[in-house]
Parts: sequence; structure tokens; C-alpha cells
Amino acid sequence: METTMPDTTNQILSPGPDQKYTGATALTVRGLSVSFGGNQVLKNTSLDITARAVTAIIGPSGCGKSTFLRAINRMHELTPEARVEGEIRLFGEDIYARNVQPVVVRRRIGMVFQKSNPFPTMSIVDNVTVGLRLNGVRNHKLLAERTEQSLRMAALWDEVKDRLNAPAVSLSGGQQQRLCIARALAVQPEVLLMDEPASALDPLATAKIEELILELKKEYTIVIVTHNMQQAARMSDYTAFFYLGDLVEFGPTAKLFTSPSRKRTEDYVTGRFG
Amino acid sequence: MIAPNHRWRNFKNAVVQTLTFACAVLVVTPLLLVFYHLITQGFSSINFSFFTQLPKPVGEVGGGMANAIVGTFILLGQAALFGVPVGVLGGVYLSEYGSSRLNWWIRFAADVLNGVPSITWGMVVYALMVVPMRGFSALAGGVVLGMMMIPLVMRTTEEVLQLVPGGYREAALALGIPQWRAIVQIVMRTALKGIVTGVLLALARVAGETAPLLFTAFGNLGWAHRLNEPIAAMPLQIFIYAISPYDDWHRQAWAGALVLLVLVLAINISVRFLTRDRISQRA
Repeated sequence: METTMPDTTNQILSPGPDQKYTGATALTVRGLSVSFGGNQVLKNTSLDITARAVTAIIGPSGCGKSTFLRAINRMHELTPEARVEGEIRLFGEDIYARNVQPVVVRRRIGMVFQKSNPFPTMSIVDNVTVGLRLNGVRNHKLLAERTEQSLRMAALWDEVKDRLNAPAVSLSGGQQQRLCIARALAVQPEVLLMDEPASALDPLATAKIEELILELKKEYTIVIVTHNMQQAARMSDYTAFFYLGDLVEFGPTAKLFTSPSRKRTEDYVTGRFG
Repeated sequence: MIAPNHRWRNFKNAVVQTLTFACAVLVVTPLLLVFYHLITQGFSSINFSFFTQLPKPVGEVGGGMANAIVGTFILLGQAALFGVPVGVLGGVYLSEYGSSRLNWWIRFAADVLNGVPSITWGMVVYALMVVPMRGFSALAGGVVLGMMMIPLVMRTTEEVLQLVPGGYREAALALGIPQWRAIVQIVMRTALKGIVTGVLLALARVAGETAPLLFTAFGNLGWAHRLNEPIAAMPLQIFIYAISPYDDWHRQAWAGALVLLVLVLAINISVRFLTRDRISQRA
């Protein structure tokens, strides 16, 4: 059984996403349960997340969708009393294996948060390269390459290329969120988790982020939590519907929205509750 | 429409307003008095030799406090050297690592230490350093001021680190950055101005301490050449001059007090300057 993960710098320098091909299973989740201090928020969840596709996680508030997302890159471990049971495999490798450190998991599974959070003391370029620099990458040529590449992928390059050294907080809200996406891309993760990445943005900025996600899925596996059903229907290839900690239904987005197999899913996607 | 007894109500309101205003003025009065006295009494005694010359023996007019001024800076430098790393790192522990129960005790201990009378600190360091080293020393003076800084710096550091939004910590960890680097290069950097402010305020607070230095630095009418010798400090020199029966020494004491006040004021003003632009702590 392959449980070791490639270590630190070498991993960051290797071309991550290109090794995996479209259609494969990126994440295998089996029997995943998460509880916080005895309060179970996710119950016995199993699903497969397809590589180079967008998987949307939907459900009413408190249904466990953010918890599910945070368990995938072990961010829930920051919460004291968090307990996880079950198994998550990233391209076959157990991310909860004893000898796997959360730091290494998070380098391969990046995350973008609801509230854009570029580091306020840093310039635009420093925000993009921070993940590399604080993991020991010193090569200026590589850093410059990654900066341009990541900002281009995040559709921000043309807007900031003339002021890379300006403070990151001088950007607009939508630009800041795309900067956070560029920052996550710069370490070349294999999976990108997004926790309601557009919910704090205006419709125009939201449209840009959605466009960007469709572009990104050509190279990345994307899991996105959203409370916006239209957004899930527009962008995702697969949708998982959670309710009160249970995975109610999971399948191709078109099927889940047009002919759901469960009554509760139908009620939710047609706006009858939630 | 006017309620029947509105005059009486307005009168009561005016009384309370006047009373609170009077108390507010009373708060500012001592500061103005201190300034007035120091400037009228001390300013005339400040001249070039005050900053460049050693104290003159009793009976000779003139001389200065050069050794005490330099001594105060040496003591503050040592205090920062001992107190800042321990205080800042302790604050980082409280804010970023500690468990809530242990933190409660550490915070409680720090708050108690902040209230310990300064002469007690002097006695403790006298027993721990001066007695074993068989003599008063600049080093003991630096250590006692440093120890007094630690709880102050620790608590302010913890507070400003807590002001850094958790989103930055999460973002850093989600990039696969090790926790210690995220703390040092992202969280602490974001709160840097606040940390520096805390350190400066702690320095200003210990700069005027006299009692703890009586048992440790002791004072010196000449230059201290090594850290294991007694060293002069402005508060000590002011104290010695002020309780003496000589008019010329009294004048020097006023001048010294004025210089010390200006030093503390300068630190406080630079703190104002630093905190004016609060971008680094914006949520």
C-alpha cells in the first residue's frame, strides 16, 4: 500500500496536476464522519470526486458541507476537539495515514475561502509567491515564472502586471479573491477546495470567478461549496447534496437538478425548503 | 410640549455635566503642574555641560549628568535585550499555541506581576544576583528592568496578535506553510506595529523606575566601565540630588527630571505616531 507522500520542496517543484489524467478519481471518500466535541456534524459519507471536473457541494446552512470540505485538507484539525473517522484517499494515497503530515496534504490540496484574505502586509507579487517562499523556494527565476503563470490562470495578470509591487489590499474585492486563487495555484496543488468563493462578491465579480473556475477545471480538480443553486447548476459537473450531516444524493449535476432520485433533493433544488 | 418640571430636570443635568467636566479637568491638571514646575525650575539648569560632564563634588558649582544619561540608556538597552524576547515569545505562546486552562494561569500570573511593587522586584534581584555576585552591577539593573518589562510586553503582544483575523492563519496553513513560519512571517508581521508599540510603552514605563535600581544598579558618580560595576541612572541621580541639602544639586535634580520626562514623552509620542496608521491591524 502506497502511503508515503513526496516531501516538501521536491513536491512543490514537480509539475503536479499534469501527472493525473481527466476522468480518473482524484479523491476517494469512504465512511467519513466528523464530530466536534461529541457533536456529530458529518455522518458516514462516501463519494468519489472526479479529477479535472467541478464537484459542487450544496445544502442548507449547518448541513456539514464546509466541514466536509475542511476534512479533505485536514483544516478541521485547527479546531480543538475535532474528530474524524473514515478514509480519504488522494489519487490512492491515504491522507490520514500516520506518517502523513497535514502540511504536506495542504500543499497538494489547496483552499480558497469565502472571505478573501490576501496578506495585508504583502504586495501583490509577495502574496502570490508566499506559499513557495515560506516553503523554502529561493530561485528568483522560478518565483517570477510562477507569479505570471498563476496570475494568468487566475485571470488577474492583465489587471496587475504593471503594479505587482502594490499592496494587495489596494485591489478591489473581486480582484482580491482572484489573487487568493492565484496564491493557492502558485504552489501547484492537485485539488482546489473553494468554500463559497463568490458569496461576498457582486454579480460581475461573481461571473468572473465562475468563468475562471470553468477554465481551471481543465487542469485542476475542483470541489466547491456553494449556497447558490444556480451557480452549482451552471458550473459543476457533479453535485453532492448534504442535509443535516448526511449525504442525501450525489451524481451528475444535470441529473441531480432535473430528475433527482430523492424527494428531499427535489424539494431543495426547487426551492421548497432551505 | 413641555413637561411640568423640565427646569428642575435641566438643572440636574447641568449639575452632573459640570461635575464630570470638573473631574476631567482635574485629571489633566497634575500633568500641567508637572510640566510647569519642571520647565520653570529645570530649564534654566540645562546647559551643554549638563549632557557632557560628570557630577561635581559637593561645593563645586556646575557639572552634569552625562554618566546618568548614558547609564539609563545602557540599562534600558539591557532590559530590552532580556525582556523583549521573553515577553514577545510568551505572548506568542498565549495567543497562538497555549491551551485555555494553562493560559488562564499564565495570564493571571502576568497580571499579578504587573501589580507587584517595583521595590519588591529590586529586592528579588538583589537576592538572586547582587548577593551571589558580591556587588551592585549594571547587569543586575538591566535584569530587574527587563523582568519588569516581561509581563507588560507579554500581555500587549498577546492582545495585538489576537487582533489579527483568524482568516490569515487559515490561509497560511492552507498553503501548506508550517505553523511556526505562518506565525512568524504572517501573523507577527501583520501585528508588528502593535508589538513594537507594546515594547516602547514597557520601556517608557521602566525608564523612570527608581526603587528597583537602588538595590541593583546602585548609582555611580563616575563612569561605569564594565557591566559588573555599579552604574548611574537618571532616576537614581535625581533621587540622590533631590534629598541632598544643596541648592545646586536641587537645580540639577529638576533638570534631570525634565530630561527624563522629555525622554518618556518622546517614547509616548513615537507610539502615537506608530499607531496613527492602523492599517496593519485592520480586520
